Amino acid sequence: MTQRSTLSHLDWLEAEAIHIMREVAGQCANPVLLFSGGKDSICMLRIAEKAFRPGKFPFPLMHIDTGHNYKEVVEFRDKRAAELGERLIVRSVEDSMARGTVVLKHEGESRNKHQSVTLLEAIEEFGFDCCIGGARRDEEKARAKERIMSFRDEFGQWDPKNQRPELWNLYNARSHKGENIRAFPISNWTEMDVWQYIEREGLELPSIYFAHTRPVVIRQGAIVPVNVPLVSGELTNLPKAGEEIVDKLVRFRTVGDISCTAPVESDADTVEKIVVETATTTITERGATRLDDQTSEASMEQRKKEGYF
Amino acid sequence: MSAHPIEDHGLLRFLTCGSVDDGKSTLIGRLLFDTKTILADTLNAIEKTSQKRGMGAVDLSLLTDGLQAEREQGITIDVAYRYFSTGTRKYIIADAPGHEQYTRNMVTAASTANLAIILIDARKGVLTQTRRHSKLASMVGIPHLVVAINKMDLVDYSQETYEKIKADYLEFAAKVGIDDIRFLPMSALNGDMIVDRGDSLNWYEGPTLLEILEAAPAAHTEHTEKFRFPVQYVCRPQDSANPELHDYRGFMGRVESGSIKVGDKVTVLPNGLESTVKAVQIGGVDIGEASTEQSVTLLLADEIDTSRGDMIVKSSEVPPAVKEIAATVCWLAETPLDRARTYLIRHTTRDSKAKLTAIDHRLDVNTLEKVPAEKLSMNDIAQVRFKLAQPLFVDAYEDNRATGAFIVIDESNNNTVGAGMIR
Repeated sequence: MTQRSTLSHLDWLEAEAIHIMREVAGQCANPVLLFSGGKDSICMLRIAEKAFRPGKFPFPLMHIDTGHNYKEVVEFRDKRAAELGERLIVRSVEDSMARGTVVLKHEGESRNKHQSVTLLEAIEEFGFDCCIGGARRDEEKARAKERIMSFRDEFGQWDPKNQRPELWNLYNARSHKGENIRAFPISNWTEMDVWQYIEREGLELPSIYFAHTRPVVIRQGAIVPVNVPLVSGELTNLPKAGEEIVDKLVRFRTVGDISCTAPVESDADTVEKIVVETATTTITERGATRLDDQTSEASMEQRKKEGYF
Repeated sequence: MSAHPIEDHGLLRFLTCGSVDDGKSTLIGRLLFDTKTILADTLNAIEKTSQKRGMGAVDLSLLTDGLQAEREQGITIDVAYRYFSTGTRKYIIADAPGHEQYTRNMVTAASTANLAIILIDARKGVLTQTRRHSKLASMVGIPHLVVAINKMDLVDYSQETYEKIKADYLEFAAKVGIDDIRFLPMSALNGDMIVDRGDSLNWYEGPTLLEILEAAPAAHTEHTEKFRFPVQYVCRPQDSANPELHDYRGFMGRVESGSIKVGDKVTVLPNGLESTVKAVQIGGVDIGEASTEQSVTLLLADEIDTSRGDMIVKSSEVPPAVKEIAATVCWLAETPLDRARTYLIRHTTRDSKAKLTAIDHRLDVNTLEKVPAEKLSMNDIAQVRFKLAQPLFVDAYEDNRATGAFIVIDESNNNTVGAGMIR
């Protein structure tokens, strides 16, 4: 019996993710990588570099912008794509609203779930047969059974009862015209793995992931950022009448649409400190910070069925 | 360098087999809870649900409750993946439901696992389902089995009961040819012998479940393996701005087994041409050598026409190219296998059209007997033969899970309909 050294857990996860991205490149005719400027998709770009350099990525990057994204994240997104010399496509929920395909229930409604509509429109516009995303199975329980290659029908719908069995590392990313595969290379990563990878690779992040002081209000027990500047300079998330604005030292654990992403109180201003904080936290990533997942126990499952990532 | 993990024992993938009645969900809940993987908000949520359902204590099995569709039916219909970490090792649990009709789920979950925990209810002993799970785990090539005799609290922590079940199991295992087995008594409900030893099983001197997991060998470490490198993608940058890249031709893939270094003599299949490894890279950076499970790029000294679906091997270890395969197949689809139809077989990164030529026998998963069969329906396991349009470069599954495995695809709807292991 020969005992050989094994890969560290991060090396293993990275190797698996590279393998999955290359399977997409090998099996799909016209894939796209979804890049939001968030920490998971930043890891995905590093994995893509390791998978395909010195060549170019065999797919463009795309962001579905709600128009309500943090300025720091949007600027980072553009900067990172430019540094890599890769093509970035941006499609906007506001364009879907202008077309009338997205109708908000009221002006302040979170646009997060409406990204599904814009995403499906972009898939049709470009004829993408596969979208590579940075979702992880540990994020939420509707994701625990998600395949690495997840099949969506012509309406972009995920049917949990009709998913392809996935065995060994033999991925089936085949689809007919109009259908779509969602590929998740970092399915097996946890929030901790992501932070450890960012630390190991020395990856740059948008500044709002680190502790900073910002005006917030406390609304139903959650810290809600207010007077948040958009890229245009306009302020959004204005406080409601009677709410008391306080300055708090906070950081974001996830970033998404401003209306539904809340920060946590933290003084962690370096990746090292965040790794330590992640190891000792008592609240889950989405539990703490995603206002949209708390609506009902099954809210993520519902959104996925409707074509959400 | 990161100061956080002092040692890194890599990653272990394991499978839990058993039904809800065996306490499988409670066991997983317990592992997550006792390794502090469960955070306060999740715990609050299951506390509320436990109260709503009129239960006194927190029901840890609720942690593994999955989709709304399943919660309504009160069953688990699919494989779920869970994660925890001890600081020195990361674990991926494949949680497969235990009912007979879900053989396909168990095979799916087992395909990536290196260890299986077989749960036995101490009150019931070795059941048909225990035998079925053990046989499937061994068939799918899981090298390490842990037989966990659970619910010891309900048999007064009786050593006699434990020893009796152990003897029964060993008798069965000898018949089926399973050799690496470990036993332990436990109570998932009370947390005895999972992470902590508890006070009730002092007669048991062996390791706890977590100690067994921490010490289990990682995949690919126990035997010397042949080098197998299926080509996934070919990188030809042809960047006009950088003349150094003009002739760059990188073969990208994952080392499925064995190892490779600069200077090794290799053969490219199917054309059979030989060359020497000029460079081993990740992301364009030279790393000199690579071993199992690493995703790398190989550059060869000679210009050989190579594309996705080809395989690079060491010239001293060339696998046979076959156009007919004998295999154990688990049928996964609701539509039975149609002998008149042509299917697609995907083996490593290579596809071939295939037609069934014979069903030698079917395995009755309950009696474990070989029975004659004319057709294959969902959850059936059978020994079959396929005729192939393209040659495949194969190893026996028991020697190499990566080059001995294949999936069967129905091209009409692109579904994965079968899982095969070459014998």
